[in-house]
Amino acid sequence: MSGAGGAQPPFGPIGVMRSWLHTSDGGRRGFGAWWAWVIFILGALYFILPLVGVFFHSIRTRPDIFLAYRQVFADPAFLRGLGYSFTAGVITVVVSLLIIVPTAYWVRLRVPRLRPVVEFVTLMPFVIPPVVLAFGLIRIYSQGPVRLAASDTGLNVMLIGAYVVLSFPYMYRAVDTGLASIDVRTLTEAAQSLGSGWTRILARVIFPNLRTSLLSGAFLTLAIVIGEYTIAQVLARTMAFAPYLSLLGRNQPYQPAAVSLISFGLTWLAMILIAFLGRGSRARVQVAGAR
Amino acid sequence: MAFLELEGVRKSFAGTVAVENFDLGAEKGEFVSFLGPSGCGKTTTLRMIAGFELPTAGSIRIDGSEVTNRPPNRRNVGMVFQSYALFPNMTVADNIGFGMKVRGKPRDRINTKVAELLDLIHLGGRGDRFPWQLSGGQQQRVALARALAIEPQVLLLDEPLSALDAKIRVALRHQIRSIQRQLGITTVYVTHDQEEALSLSDRVVVMSEGRIEQVGAPADIYNFPATRFVASFVGTLNLLEARVVDAPAGRLSLAGQEIRAGGAVDASNGSPVTVAIRPEGIELGTNGGTNQVTGAVEDVSFLGSIVRTRLRLDDAGTTLSLDTFNDPNLTAPAIDSTVTVSFPPEACLVLASAAAPPPQTDAVTAAEALL
Amino acid sequence: MADVAAVREQGAQIAPPARSRLSWSWLGLVPFFLFCTAFLFLPVAFLILGSLYDPEGAITLQNYADLSTGIIPGAFANSIEISVVTAIAGGIFGFLLAASVTLGRLPRVLRTALLTFSGVASNFAGVPLALAFIFTLGTLGFLTTFLQSLGLAGFRGVNLTSKLGVEIVYMYFQFPLMVLIIAPALEGLRREWREAAENMGASAFQYWRYVGLPILTPTILGTMILLFGNAFGAQATAFQLTGGTLPLVTLVISSQIRGDVLHNPGLGYAMAMGMVVIMGVSILLYTLLQRRAEHWLRA
Repeated sequence: MSGAGGAQPPFGPIGVMRSWLHTSDGGRRGFGAWWAWVIFILGALYFILPLVGVFFHSIRTRPDIFLAYRQVFADPAFLRGLGYSFTAGVITVVVSLLIIVPTAYWVRLRVPRLRPVVEFVTLMPFVIPPVVLAFGLIRIYSQGPVRLAASDTGLNVMLIGAYVVLSFPYMYRAVDTGLASIDVRTLTEAAQSLGSGWTRILARVIFPNLRTSLLSGAFLTLAIVIGEYTIAQVLARTMAFAPYLSLLGRNQPYQPAAVSLISFGLTWLAMILIAFLGRGSRARVQVAGAR
Repeated sequence: MAFLELEGVRKSFAGTVAVENFDLGAEKGEFVSFLGPSGCGKTTTLRMIAGFELPTAGSIRIDGSEVTNRPPNRRNVGMVFQSYALFPNMTVADNIGFGMKVRGKPRDRINTKVAELLDLIHLGGRGDRFPWQLSGGQQQRVALARALAIEPQVLLLDEPLSALDAKIRVALRHQIRSIQRQLGITTVYVTHDQEEALSLSDRVVVMSEGRIEQVGAPADIYNFPATRFVASFVGTLNLLEARVVDAPAGRLSLAGQEIRAGGAVDASNGSPVTVAIRPEGIELGTNGGTNQVTGAVEDVSFLGSIVRTRLRLDDAGTTLSLDTFNDPNLTAPAIDSTVTVSFPPEACLVLASAAAPPPQTDAVTAAEALL
Repeated sequence: MADVAAVREQGAQIAPPARSRLSWSWLGLVPFFLFCTAFLFLPVAFLILGSLYDPEGAITLQNYADLSTGIIPGAFANSIEISVVTAIAGGIFGFLLAASVTLGRLPRVLRTALLTFSGVASNFAGVPLALAFIFTLGTLGFLTTFLQSLGLAGFRGVNLTSKLGVEIVYMYFQFPLMVLIIAPALEGLRREWREAAENMGASAFQYWRYVGLPILTPTILGTMILLFGNAFGAQATAFQLTGGTLPLVTLVISSQIRGDVLHNPGLGYAMAMGMVVIMGVSILLYTLLQRRAEHWLRA
């Protein structure tokens, strides 16, 4: 999302100052076009009202209107769910980065011909329904040589594996866009001429320059992992956040609303953080897709 | 009354003044360059003529009619952008014909005109190419054709060649000039390259920090710079600090050696003045004129057709550069050898001093200071 | 040896001599492909194989034949209809929203707010989103009560189990997706193109008609296709809203593979193959249009 992109490219020596002449189509001076305000307000209403609905529902408890929130924070399952999914998310991000960044780098630099193939593979997770992926994993790993499904740790490994694959479309896109905006070839050649080996190049030259892209890809992956339900359910990871929420929804009237609002708010804060951190960087940031 | 008139034009943005007190009258068919470093206001002024910026004060007239407040799409001026700004989704032919299309001209007329212009820019038969299939030079020519297709009253070019290689730049600027001559269109050409400005223009407007420093024919600007800025920006003049010894007689003391200016000096005896001497006006040896100066050779640069010798005149770092035509049969003076050079009094220009005399500079360091 | 020529042709001057360059390059991608094999290719292969078995374990093509029976064609029809509607409507309004904060000269802070919010909202699918709309526009939702109190006594809330209801809810992640992709594209429209067009005498309408929109069309179309795929693959939201009463491809697949007593996994996998084909085609079209858009916007 270009919120993280920020600055517009400067045109001419006068910089960003906009003359009203070339932003309008006939000389309309003023503070935003009328149609823009209409559209924006309509959009804002559409987005905010449902959140208001959730909020109102979450404060239906009497006499203490914030009872639901208190219960949520006091519930060990909430923290456990959040903790588990957050940890899973972080591990997913790390593994994904370790696989994607070298791969994207390698593809760009050494095997550009395989680029469409790699891109296609990273887009595959969009195409496969998660329930199918999950069942496939269970079936494969509950028999044969690798019995991951037999143990709790094994199931966790499968979960991470599935999530890493799920993160590929976003991670690869983010990293690829980031690599496109820095001159990878020249940077590499410069580093090599100074005597750097591959790992050092990756660690010291490539990673730091991809900071914004990596951050955005990481946050998105985190959001996806925390919100993911199907795979967690199939792999019997009931301690994950989304299954917890689903269970809560079946048993409690008001707490799910509170939880939804909390997680929405936290995610939005995180996004604003990325936008803030990524300000001034030329790297375009990746976009999410929902299920 | 001139064809293109700018009177008292001023542009300020939120406190900073980009262009101040700009007065110019360009005749029909004249080729005028705006020359100056980045940020001097030349592009802003051009954009005001085009209508993309609104002057804060002053007026702009084309062929007698006031265009100051007219929106850009109703001015009939053609603009060539630095980055070409060709529409990527259209072929070359469609790009060129765009202006006529939006004015509702009939199809066959558009096609004829486009074909004509394609021939003019030597891209005949390539109208079906897309911009991304062309080289930089070709794209720039298409941009020029596009601007000419609407038969504008004034043609504006915003540093059109700065993105191109040196050789292409030279070839293309000659093409631009010859097309302009052929069509007789009043043209304003913005550039920071003084060679371009000098070689192409009928008149040059030298600008600095939003103000006009000097307006004149290229030869006048080069040979008789009015201010220190013009002298240092245009050409490669030596700019030296000297002290007036005898004002009416024009005698000056330069690094402890006495020289004479071309006439009386408008300053009091003993005061510091800036002296400008063209490198090509100085000769090795004593036959170049009555002014004789001695110094140690600091550097000899081979610039192709010209050999530039730099002399150190005193221990304070005063240096003088002179240019001689390259002659393979002559050996250049040795480094650290002492030589005498000479130049006539007329080659010595005393300039209006700046507010505080800046440190002495020669051609090279003056250029570096502008970087 | 054609591979060697191709690699050399890429101009990779950094590498050691030809033979070791070849193995060197391939090695770099091995970790990626290994991982994908373990967690992606094998399950997908399993999917393909699974579609060829019936509940008793015998190989059959019956599952594919069964795709035209029962609720399955209806499910495909519903899914396609919902996806097309939300893609087009989401695309149009999303475009307008993005335009409002980029071209509409709204205060800069609104642009940041919209884009960050879109980042979150495009992922806010599933149970929370469904609940949010139930609490707002459902029979007991606060907006419903509010509108009733204003005098619209007949308004009983939006039927969120209907196709229209699902579409309205899906917009919540379709609009943001469009905004996120189109806003940078709108900003990628170079100011000089607008100026050049004006310089030629074009009005704002002519600029958009001949230059602006044509340049953006590949991106707009491509994103709409992405929106289509996005809606087609959505599952949790619809389930929470409809309880499974509205047959959708993703829901039927889910119930066939996991769920009800009379389930037939093979059929589920066959349906999933159908879905893979549909999604695969849309991803392909999207990529092609993206390439074209990149070409121009980078020019």
